[in-house]
Amino acid sequence: MKNENIVELKGISVAFGGEKVLDDFNLEIKDKEFVTLLGPSGCGKTTTLRLIAGFLEPDGGDVIFEGRRINDLPGYKRHVNTIFQRYALFPHLNVYENVAFGLRIKKLPEKEIKAKVTEMLALVNLSGLEKRNIDTLSGGQQQRVAIARAIANHPRVLLLDEPLAALDLKLRKDMQKELKKMQEQLGITFIFVTHDQEEALTMSDRVVVMNNGKIQQVGTPQDIYNEPLNAFVADFIGESNIVDGKMLRDFYVEFSGQRFDCLDKGFEPDEPVDVVVRPEDVDIVAPDKGMLTGVVTSVAFLGVHYEIIVDIGGFKWMIQTTDEHFEGDRVGLYIEPDAIHIMKKSEYSGLYGDYSSYSEEIDHLSDADYGEEDGGE
Amino acid sequence: MKALARLYVALIIFFLYAPVLVMIFFSFNESSSVWVFTGFSFDWYTGLATDVTMLNALKHTLIVAVLSAVISTVLGTAAAVGITALRNKFSKKIIMSVTQIPMMNADIVTGISLMLLFIFIGKLLGLRESLGFLTVLTAHITFNLPYVILSVLPKLRQTDASLREAALDLGCTPLQAFFKVIMPAISTGIITGFIMAFTLSLDDFVISYFTCGHYQTLPIIIYNMTKKSVTPDTYALSTIIFACVFALLIMYNMLQTKSESKKAAKAQP
Ligand SMILES: Nc1ncnc2c1ncn2[C@@H]1O[C@H](COP(=O)(O)OP(=O)(O)OP(=O)(O)O)[C@@H](O)[C@H]1O
Ligand SMILES: [Mg+2]
Repeated sequence: MKNENIVELKGISVAFGGEKVLDDFNLEIKDKEFVTLLGPSGCGKTTTLRLIAGFLEPDGGDVIFEGRRINDLPGYKRHVNTIFQRYALFPHLNVYENVAFGLRIKKLPEKEIKAKVTEMLALVNLSGLEKRNIDTLSGGQQQRVAIARAIANHPRVLLLDEPLAALDLKLRKDMQKELKKMQEQLGITFIFVTHDQEEALTMSDRVVVMNNGKIQQVGTPQDIYNEPLNAFVADFIGESNIVDGKMLRDFYVEFSGQRFDCLDKGFEPDEPVDVVVRPEDVDIVAPDKGMLTGVVTSVAFLGVHYEIIVDIGGFKWMIQTTDEHFEGDRVGLYIEPDAIHIMKKSEYSGLYGDYSSYSEEIDHLSDADYGEEDGGE
Repeated sequence: MKALARLYVALIIFFLYAPVLVMIFFSFNESSSVWVFTGFSFDWYTGLATDVTMLNALKHTLIVAVLSAVISTVLGTAAAVGITALRNKFSKKIIMSVTQIPMMNADIVTGISLMLLFIFIGKLLGLRESLGFLTVLTAHITFNLPYVILSVLPKLRQTDASLREAALDLGCTPLQAFFKVIMPAISTGIITGFIMAFTLSLDDFVISYFTCGHYQTLPIIIYNMTKKSVTPDTYALSTIIFACVFALLIMYNMLQTKSESKKAAKAQP
């Protein structure tokens, strides 16, 4: 079978003023796939898109499009369109002319342009706003114009740089669904950038988790959530308790002073590991029935569930439960073998997954509030 | 206190504009007297229209002003784009300072040094007469250039860098991207730069004096006229020049306030 990757990045490195922004970056993206680049601010997401769009040449490595190396092919010759982080609509043109821009450059006949623009505006629900000026549009409408302008050119690949970041929650949820639907309808490959993990999980076929210019993990949303490769991924995607452990043998692990059955294997005997337990996978039971016991140190009600912090031998666990518990209660934790996920030690070990700072932060915040009130009187 | 401040402002404006008003007043005098107003007439203006030397000088002035403004606007805009694209902060600073120094330089120094340069080059090429149309035009382009650069640069800085990338992304060549997206965004800067250049060129005397040779412009003709005797046709001419410059300045200010209010409107939401 033929190589079905539409975009490949091979051993890419990029540096700005001696500072490495992307380092040994390897990624393959299949045709018609919805891939999301996910990572904290400054990790190199926009830079990766700029490489693919042709606004930036890598210092090392190859950018490959449909099997052809395109490192030095200028952006305007690539079958790739971008939706920019701040939309970059042309302020001197109205909605119609913005959408028609790429088609005019291609010198299509006027009739065809008109049909295409009308179709695109209908697709993004902006029919009737053709004559409007860009600065009279709301953020959500500008967003839609940017989408229409990009896909009017029938790109093979659409790059979206945090397209929903400026929208409010409700609009954002709607647009997530619409974008996903559009992608499936049009059969365009989407490379989507976000630093919102929930957005990444709900929309993508595959998620690329990045940090400091390096790929931490690539996989389906389920893989990324259930089988994080290191403490960074486990912490960045959802909430995680990450504790030090020791793999006694296959399917058997020791942490927090107890031994547990688990489903992981392939480690050296007695190898030190990071153990991940998701807050929603822990059951709270009576202290004498628990595999671990501890004291509740804080309780927060979040609507769907309570988020409680339990101190177990000095390490603070976060647990999500629908039952109410009170500060100072002694509780037992029951952890099923499939709730335990074992990771190899990494540079991130020990940096994440302890909720002691979490509860302190909350204390801090409320302290600060009281302080302000005192000061006011 | 307030009344005193008002009086002060009134005095300043009086001293600034009184001479011009007197001149305009006497340009409509029937006789050539500078102190007695004998009657209202347009004679000095109609007289100007038949004065061949004068009309010739006017033609020279306009040709030099239009050409130097157009050329310096094109060159200056290109230079501003180049400066903006510079990555290296240090060389950017140096280039900016180098372009700004001629603005601070005394006109007489600029005039004399340009004249020296032109004569030197003329001698090198073996020309009989080195000063003329080309030299005065070159001189005007030279002193106009920094003003154009300085009025275009801030506009470029305000334009979102991703606009250019968006144009490239949609299939524009870099040149198309400039004309279709960047130019419209910086157009007020370009137009104000052009008006500045045109105005400066129109009323330049010192630098033209040293570089024009036989290609005499209006200010120089006026200066020569006053060496013999001052007649009201000089007033008439000066009045016309004043009116032109005044109109240009008002246009310039209107453009500036317009682009500023646009900016303010954008900052609002
Ligand atoms: N043109 C540039 N010159 C110098 N440094 C740059 C340039 N572009 C990006 N960088 C740096 O490269 C790093 C990665 O930038 P990038 O824009 O790719 O981050 P990002 O992941 O998109 O972040 P964000 O989520 O904030 O948009 C940052 O530290 C940034 O300061
Ligand atoms: Mg970014």
